[in-house]
Amino acid sequence: MTSYHLDHLQYLETEAIHIMREVAGEFERPALLFSGGKDSICLLRLAEKAFCPSDLPMPLLNVDTGHHFPELNEFRDRRAKQLGAKLIIRTVEDAIAKSIAQPSPGEISRNRLQIPTLLAAIEEFRFDCCIGGARRDEEKARAKERFFSFRDSFGQWDPKNQRPEIWNLYNGRLNPGENMRVFPLSNWTEMDVWEYIQRENLEVPSIYFSHNRRCVRRAGQWLPVNDLVPPKANEDVRDLVVRVRTIGDIISTGCVESPATTVSDIITEIAAARVTERGSRADDKSSEAAMEDRKKAGYF
Amino acid sequence: MFTEDLMTPSAPVPLPVDILRFNTCGSVDDGKSTLIGRLLYDSKSLMEDQIEALERSADITGGGQINLANLTDGLRAEREQGITIDVAYRYFATPRRKFIIADTPGHVQYTRNMVTGAATANLAIILVDARTGVIEQSRRHTAIAAMLRIPHLVVAINKMDLVGWSEQRFLAIRAEFEEFLPRLDIKDVKFIPMSALNGDNVVDASTHTPWYQGPTLLGHLETVHIASDWNLQGFRFPVQWVNRPNNPTNPELHDFRGFSGQIAGGIVRTGQKVLALPAGVVTTVKEIWTYDGPVQEAFCPQSVTIVLEHDIDVSRGSMLIGSDYLPGSSSDLQAEICWMHPRALQRGKKYFLKHTTHTVQVIVTELVSKLNLASLESERDPAELGLNDIGEIRLHSAKPLVFDGYSTNRLTGSFILIEPGTNATVGAGMLLPPRELVCSENGDYVI
Repeated sequence: MTSYHLDHLQYLETEAIHIMREVAGEFERPALLFSGGKDSICLLRLAEKAFCPSDLPMPLLNVDTGHHFPELNEFRDRRAKQLGAKLIIRTVEDAIAKSIAQPSPGEISRNRLQIPTLLAAIEEFRFDCCIGGARRDEEKARAKERFFSFRDSFGQWDPKNQRPEIWNLYNGRLNPGENMRVFPLSNWTEMDVWEYIQRENLEVPSIYFSHNRRCVRRAGQWLPVNDLVPPKANEDVRDLVVRVRTIGDIISTGCVESPATTVSDIITEIAAARVTERGSRADDKSSEAAMEDRKKAGYF
Repeated sequence: MFTEDLMTPSAPVPLPVDILRFNTCGSVDDGKSTLIGRLLYDSKSLMEDQIEALERSADITGGGQINLANLTDGLRAEREQGITIDVAYRYFATPRRKFIIADTPGHVQYTRNMVTGAATANLAIILVDARTGVIEQSRRHTAIAAMLRIPHLVVAINKMDLVGWSEQRFLAIRAEFEEFLPRLDIKDVKFIPMSALNGDNVVDASTHTPWYQGPTLLGHLETVHIASDWNLQGFRFPVQWVNRPNNPTNPELHDFRGFSGQIAGGIVRTGQKVLALPAGVVTTVKEIWTYDGPVQEAFCPQSVTIVLEHDIDVSRGSMLIGSDYLPGSSSDLQAEICWMHPRALQRGKKYFLKHTTHTVQVIVTELVSKLNLASLESERDPAELGLNDIGEIRLHSAKPLVFDGYSTNRLTGSFILIEPGTNATVGAGMLLPPRELVCSENGDYVI
């Protein structure tokens, strides 16, 4: 080690570890949001790096919409067990049963209903800080997000009144009932995430790799055929070789046709990609401000 | 064989070696967001769905013309008002470098966001409208960039198409800048004539400026030498978190007590003597832990966990330092400050001050001066510092700070002020060099 130079992944890594440790140092009851998706997989490795040789000083939290890909949940549970981490799961199903979340008539998507479920979990465990894997390059409302994102006692984000964030000095002070969301991967791009997965040799759920799947064509995308929204008679249904680029709920995650079977294939594919990652998420396409509105309501 | 490689369309781009962080600042309508849109568009960093979304919004609001500013103005209120409210971060890469852009708004009440976006930048772009030339905002932004010690500055003289690509106009604006630049501590300034709207001299060289021999903006961004921002002299290690495993399965870890943090300056080696402050005790570095195994040596800004030879009083907020290049230690502090809140800074007010990993109470003991942004001269003894004001102040802290001057080390020379009650971040401070150094000759320090 003579050059005293960090490459871009090492730089992003030390920035993220510093943020994780600030959370452990400044908050009493933090949690780490872990879905089993690629971003939270990186987050978990960064947490291991930040706190080793100690165990993670915080539990993992996941809001299960009930519409997750089964491969994702299997991976989530297995990974938490490997680390000996405490995994807290709160389900939208349960939140509906307890009248915490109310579906509007005919509403199938669980996207909106995740928000009250998450806020109820924060209240139940009195979490003062949730670490999430959101990245600024994902979406333009997220591009305005701070590393330490303050939420008022309703869980709301106020984009016009964010705390200035200067150097590496994060203001984590809260009054009772208020809450912080912290995003250590803010400066990472989709490419950085995959390069890090490759460098760290991290396992990811199988659906990120090419597999056979029956898909239905809807709104310009190939959605996985599922029982929740079965194909109608006039819809185009095909058996395709696909992978997912970003994982949301099974009813809104578009599959992309791809032969990528390794992380290295995925990196090559992204380098040549002509659409963004979120381009395959129907939940973001509903309007130009879809993400901003959800974040204001308490989405992470 | 060589040509075959070049023709493979999916050949992965080699890993960029470094990251350049820059920010763009200017007044409303100087075309910042358009410039960033143009950089992304012309460097082919935009994806089809982003271009589609632009075209969709153009049909609704722009009378059919694509508005590149819509790429960065992510909030509904921004699109409605056509202004940028908050710092937006953008990412793109060329085969030479990775870039992090902070698009910082020029609207006067949001100047605090420029400090947010610019504090960690390697380079600042100041946009000037060629028709209006230097205005107070240009001076303010340049002064803030200088105060933050951003190493490189680009003055982008934009909308040159609207002044007939006049070299005379370009030179006149450059002269206006050169009049006040000597009063600021900026070493590297580049002037580039451009039209962000039409793409002249942004990524591609313009045919309208035969009189301009310099690089395009992207050409400059790709090649400007980023002198290391990180200070490798004088080991500084603010402790973030005491690392003590609970009931470890590995019996060797039962007595493990490490100190986790990010090195804020210098280099550390195992076996090296370090001084722990405020304990005031000298000890030796026994081990340097990382997840990837122990290391013999680590440097700024790496994150590590340090195990010391002796069991001494060290916790979050303590600092380990090397015995060469000593820092200062004092409860009486003098600093430059950028005020970011509508409730003014006044003498006698109390705040929380966060410096490295340490938060202490402070009282404002004196307002020394305020920078007049029109003349760039200091006015003595101001009554208060209001929103967006820059000035010099003195503070007294409840406990001494271990610090360096900001000009020596950004990480150990900077602080924020937090208002008690609201917890709002109200000020960004840069410490002046210490008057008294920590005294290491003192035998008291040795264990």
